[in-house]
Amino acid sequence: MRRNFLIFLIISLLGMTGAAVMSGTAPQEVNLYSYRQPFLINPVLDEFTRRTGIKVNVVYAKKGMLEKLKAAGANTPADVVLTVDIGRLNELKKAGLLQPVRSAVLENNIPAHLRHPDGLWFGLTTRARIALVSKNRVKPDALKTYADLADPKFRGRICMRSGKHPYNVALIASVIAHEGEEGAEKWLRGVKANLARKPQGNDRAQAKAIYEGVCDIGIANTYYMGKMATNEKKPEQKKWAEAVRVVFLNQGGRGNHINISGAAVTRNAKNQVHAVKLIEFLSGDFAQKIYASQNFEYPAKAEVAIDPLVRSWGDFKADTVSLEKIATLRATASRLVDKVRFNEGPGS
Amino acid sequence: MDKANSLMRAFRRLGFDGWAIGAVAVAALVATPLIAVVIIAVAPSGDIWSHLSSTVLPLYIEKTLFLLLGVGVGTFVIGTGTAWLVTMCRFPGRWFFNWALLLPLAVPAYVLAFVVTDQLEYAGTLQVWLREIFGWKNRQDYWFPEIRSLGGAIAVMTLVLYPYVYLLSRAAFLEQSVCVLEVSRTLGKGPWRGFFSVALPLARPAIVVGVTLALMEALNDFGTVEFFAVPTFTAGIYDVWLNMNSVAGAAQMASVMMVLVLALIGTERFARRGQRYHHTSSKYSTLPSHRLESWTAAFAFVACLLPVLLGFALPAGVLTAYALEFYSDTLSAKFFTYAANSLSLSAIAAGLAVLIGLFLAYGSRLGGGPVVKAATRFASIGYAVPGAILAIGVMIPLARLDNALDGLSQQVLGIPTGLLLSGTIVAVVYGYVARFLALSYGTLEASLDKITPSMDGAARTLGCTPGQALRRVHFPLVRGSLLTAALLVFVDCMKELPLTIILRPFNYETLATFVFQYASDELLEESALGALTIVAAGILPVILLSLTIVRSRPGHPAGGMAADTGPEVAVP
Repeated sequence: MRRNFLIFLIISLLGMTGAAVMSGTAPQEVNLYSYRQPFLINPVLDEFTRRTGIKVNVVYAKKGMLEKLKAAGANTPADVVLTVDIGRLNELKKAGLLQPVRSAVLENNIPAHLRHPDGLWFGLTTRARIALVSKNRVKPDALKTYADLADPKFRGRICMRSGKHPYNVALIASVIAHEGEEGAEKWLRGVKANLARKPQGNDRAQAKAIYEGVCDIGIANTYYMGKMATNEKKPEQKKWAEAVRVVFLNQGGRGNHINISGAAVTRNAKNQVHAVKLIEFLSGDFAQKIYASQNFEYPAKAEVAIDPLVRSWGDFKADTVSLEKIATLRATASRLVDKVRFNEGPGS
Repeated sequence: MDKANSLMRAFRRLGFDGWAIGAVAVAALVATPLIAVVIIAVAPSGDIWSHLSSTVLPLYIEKTLFLLLGVGVGTFVIGTGTAWLVTMCRFPGRWFFNWALLLPLAVPAYVLAFVVTDQLEYAGTLQVWLREIFGWKNRQDYWFPEIRSLGGAIAVMTLVLYPYVYLLSRAAFLEQSVCVLEVSRTLGKGPWRGFFSVALPLARPAIVVGVTLALMEALNDFGTVEFFAVPTFTAGIYDVWLNMNSVAGAAQMASVMMVLVLALIGTERFARRGQRYHHTSSKYSTLPSHRLESWTAAFAFVACLLPVLLGFALPAGVLTAYALEFYSDTLSAKFFTYAANSLSLSAIAAGLAVLIGLFLAYGSRLGGGPVVKAATRFASIGYAVPGAILAIGVMIPLARLDNALDGLSQQVLGIPTGLLLSGTIVAVVYGYVARFLALSYGTLEASLDKITPSMDGAARTLGCTPGQALRRVHFPLVRGSLLTAALLVFVDCMKELPLTIILRPFNYETLATFVFQYASDELLEESALGALTIVAAGILPVILLSLTIVRSRPGHPAGGMAADTGPEVAVP
């Protein structure tokens, strides 16, 4: 009985080993570590495989990718990393886990400010962190800047997701970049004092809270607005979207804070050529159109049209502070959130 | 030769023999990920601790302590209370509750958190209904408790974690010898006194294991506290790791947590040092049962119904409704592969965890002294470590091993082997065992504790080796607990998320990872189908094993639900 089990164990280990060795040498593949949810990227990846014959293997995770790449070292199976925030890309870069890529296609498709100067990473889409304000309870022009969010006139009227969420950390980092740590702290204390409730929920939940009358102003990424406004399966979300107006901030000044979703080739990629091909495809017309029309993001490639709904919110001036600078300031921003005890909400 | 012999004798004097050495070796293997976490923690983490202690650390500690206190009291009261009711009392629905009380075990805590919020928030069913009845127009018209809060987290975790206490204390009540209860009765004590002064103290090892498991799970939880915005110590660990980019700082915090858990377990052990909990009589007749009348029966019924209703029927109902409405968006042919992946991974891990748990529990029972005890104790605290941190602890030693093998193979054979184990399901199963050994080890240790050592003595005197004694004496006596252990590990693996996500191979989905891609964006409706399948897959083993455990009571006539028929006659 025990011997049988041992034999079974050994055979299955050998079997797996064999499979691992075989798959390591198989051609026409590219291996992807993705911070993006599979249901968003699968249609694009399927099309890539259909056109090129290169199979894309994916693991989706939000944590531990960097450690996994580091631990595996030269033997890592991962060729490409896909992220939804500049922070992760920068961490990978700092850890020396990315390799520079030279590609005329990428340099042509992606404007210079959305990619690393040496091609260590490439932005594929941008998203703006905007204010959603109640159509009924907030007058047009009452809120125009990030600084206004800290104005006492909005006491008890602002909703936000956790100050520790990467999107908010990046936003706070951008305030630090422009106004210094002290200025940012004062601002963050002001915003905290204006909160209607303890930070919670995702960006969508903030629009819902405005619809329900919990608060009048929310902070969200642009694409959440698009997804709510067009949600046929959950029509109640259309009501949330109808209750709010999109406001781009600091349009007369430094511009609205943006973040990117991006991709990079790992330092030890075995399928380097295919990896570049995949990122080129993601920056091309087909993929960019899907990003724009199905996820309501701003395509990096200028020639690809923005979704009509997104365009209806108007053009906006984007903050041009370097994304790398924002990424470097993330740890400081995160500590600031602790320091002002932002996540404990108003009155703490 | 002489030297070897004297070395062996020296080992023996330290309490070492083959079993002990084996136990330490296995414990070390299981504990390797934990050791890796401690090693990562040795790296400098800058001024993270001074930053934390001057800002949010007091808050983390406060919230964590209240969470543990709430979950500890809640699971103890519900778990032991209902276990006693269904084991020792007769009231309507008792047979049903016997297994139904286990059902919340199949519900992942974060899923219940989603469902409860969905139903109880402003736009949820309850508040809509209240507004209609009382004519309230908006939020300002009435007060409603905040769901996303510490209280909410305690309630949700208590509801899904009390089954640990229920399962273990019920097993203890079932395994108790009827003699002590009869003595208690002869001495004129009523059923209440019998419960508080005899049954409960006798079941202490099992109850402690149950509550400890519930607390460790509450301690390492991230999904629920993140969703409810409760800043616990574990939430802090993830924050330091991912936002402050300090994996060393996170590992340090996790190590502190491990030390605290060990200290707590040690304190409890110390408090009951020298006490023995085994039943000295082998007279296992059918347990007596008290027939409850009118009001007491109604109370018992409601007390058992509420946890099942809130912890299982509510989430299952809501998930079913959403799954029916949204299945077309998420159902694909691959769905069945995901389910098969979940089932097979969980089954393999459950089998391994039970084998190893039994080996370690028996090994430390055979003696072996403090080294064996310390090693096994350490190996079974992986449960208290946040899953994603443990995953790093798994991946680093495995990758080291793989890279070393690869280097060796390139040198000797000239063939690169690449990564053999990391990124395969071996890594996932390894992680599961390292994480869930506490479940199987704790359950089996508590069960073995109840077998009097004179049994071991008798078996050995009659010429059994320790192995034979295990097979022929202990194994039949702890059969019920073996199943309990397997069930706990299985269901927990089905629900497991952070380890699976990080350690799984390419293109490999389980039900839990499938649910996660939606749940991570709070898309409850889309995640319903997968979550419901996890729950459903957990139900069948829960029911089957629950029945087997009742049947496995020593002296229990095979096949019948004797506790129901309840003749109060001792069967010799």
